Amino acid sequence: MKLLEINNIKKSFDDLEVLKDISISVEEGEVVSILGPSGSGKSTLLRCATLLETMDAGTLKYGGDVVCEDVDGKSVYVSKSKIKEVKNYFGLVFQNFNLFPHYTVMKNICDAPVHIQKRDKKEVEKEALSLLEQMGIADKVDYYPCQLSGGQQQRVAIARALAMNPQILFFDEPTSALDPELTSEILKVLRFLASQKMTMVIVTHEIDFARNVSDRVIFMDEGYIVEQGKPQDVIDNPENDRVRAFLNKLK
Amino acid sequence: MKKKPVIAIAVFVAFLIPGTMTSCGFSADSESGLGWLFSTISQLSSGIWLSLALFTFTLIFSMPLGLLVCFLRRSRFKVVELIAKFYISIMRGTPLMLQLLVVYFGPYYVFRIPLSTEYNFYAAIIGFSINYAAYFAEIYRSGIEAVPKGQYEAADVLGYSRSQTFMKIVFPQMVRHILPPVTNEIITLVKDTSLAFAIAFVEMFTMAKQIAAADSNIMPLFVAGFFYYVFNLVVAFVMGKIEKKMNYYQK
Ligand SMILES: Nc1ncnc2c1ncn2[C@@H]1O[C@H](COP(=O)(O)OP(=O)(O)O)[C@@H](O)[C@H]1O
Ligand SMILES: [Mg+2]
Repeated sequence: MKLLEINNIKKSFDDLEVLKDISISVEEGEVVSILGPSGSGKSTLLRCATLLETMDAGTLKYGGDVVCEDVDGKSVYVSKSKIKEVKNYFGLVFQNFNLFPHYTVMKNICDAPVHIQKRDKKEVEKEALSLLEQMGIADKVDYYPCQLSGGQQQRVAIARALAMNPQILFFDEPTSALDPELTSEILKVLRFLASQKMTMVIVTHEIDFARNVSDRVIFMDEGYIVEQGKPQDVIDNPENDRVRAFLNKLK
Repeated sequence: MKKKPVIAIAVFVAFLIPGTMTSCGFSADSESGLGWLFSTISQLSSGIWLSLALFTFTLIFSMPLGLLVCFLRRSRFKVVELIAKFYISIMRGTPLMLQLLVVYFGPYYVFRIPLSTEYNFYAAIIGFSINYAAYFAEIYRSGIEAVPKGQYEAADVLGYSRSQTFMKIVFPQMVRHILPPVTNEIITLVKDTSLAFAIAFVEMFTMAKQIAAADSNIMPLFVAGFFYYVFNLVVAFVMGKIEKKMNYYQK
């Protein structure tokens, strides 16, 4: 089943055309990595998909729910209440975590499930604890974010996103703010989630990780998808010259 | 001993209650220096209470009013924003004393409403409140703007509504940011209450001036100064405590 379907999305900031006709669909259980040089529009694509930005043209669909349709070349969004529902489909993990500094680890994770999704507090807390155990930071429940390392903060952020029970998780360069040691902590978590068949879309510069973990790799450049396919094909034998140049630079 | 300051303040306050001094054996015409001091304080006491009342009511009204002005100042509607900006610039750009005079005499000059004797108390509270609201509005605004955009985005993706985001995420972080400038503002207010003399509001300072003139003695002014100083020590102490309490997390 297709979980996410984006068609012919366009997005400009004033005169700057950032996304120029991009279409992506993601199947349930699929892990998709998005590669590409900085400034190519990867974050903007994730921000449009997670409704942090509104797209100018194109369509967006989660499962069977239409979020926005294309009417005469312009995106028209569904009602506010419908959008609120659609937000239950996805979670987003940021490059710089964006944990709430005045909440403990536990409250960071449980506040939205309890107060937004109106789920039972005891149940949510139990679930949060088991998530933290999976992440290997169960001893940090009562800590504040400032008392944690970057890698630990990012694991809390992932747990916070997972506690909402999303069907698809987006990651925008989840390891770019971390040093190599902490990066491997996070990649381990992502590998675990992939093994659990969590649907994920990951913007990353970790080539080895993308090759080993993802089902599909998408390469973006200047607002277009220039190549996509199986990681072995795109990463080991790219057809496009720009992809080859970019990958060579990373190696 | 922890109790000592409390006892000192209690004794201090006891002297402010008219009659205490005489019943303690100090008569107003006592020749001794100490007796004179107590009689001065006793004479000042009604002014001290009026200053305290003006201070308290101004804080009670101006702090929430400032939040309202701050919201208007940050409104999406350009007209509303401009009105709020204009309000703030007038309140900050003209003398407080002039504003007090306008509030006090305005109803009479404009509408020919006769001035009542107790109106100067209300006029002082209104004048101070609308003036301090402008300053608080700008302090709140700086506090709100100090909250990173990522906090709003994380809340948005988790499904918090705009008002929930403000109440749960932004406001607590704002309070922490603004405590130092708010303390400054409160300390200024303690001293500014003396400006109410402009509209025949006989608060402590006006009273001290009258006593000094009648006795042809500078000491009453020093006694008044001492009260302002002690009061501000209390303000600084209390605000310091609150700041410490809010420091449970770091940025
Ligand atoms: N809010 C914005 N306003 C103006 N320009 C923006 C905004 N967000 C992104 N951009 C521009 O869009 C382009 C693509 O940015 P981004 O999507 O962050 O790329 P990437 O994540 O691939 O590095 C960049 O040139 C960036 O400066
Ligand atoms: Mg980016």
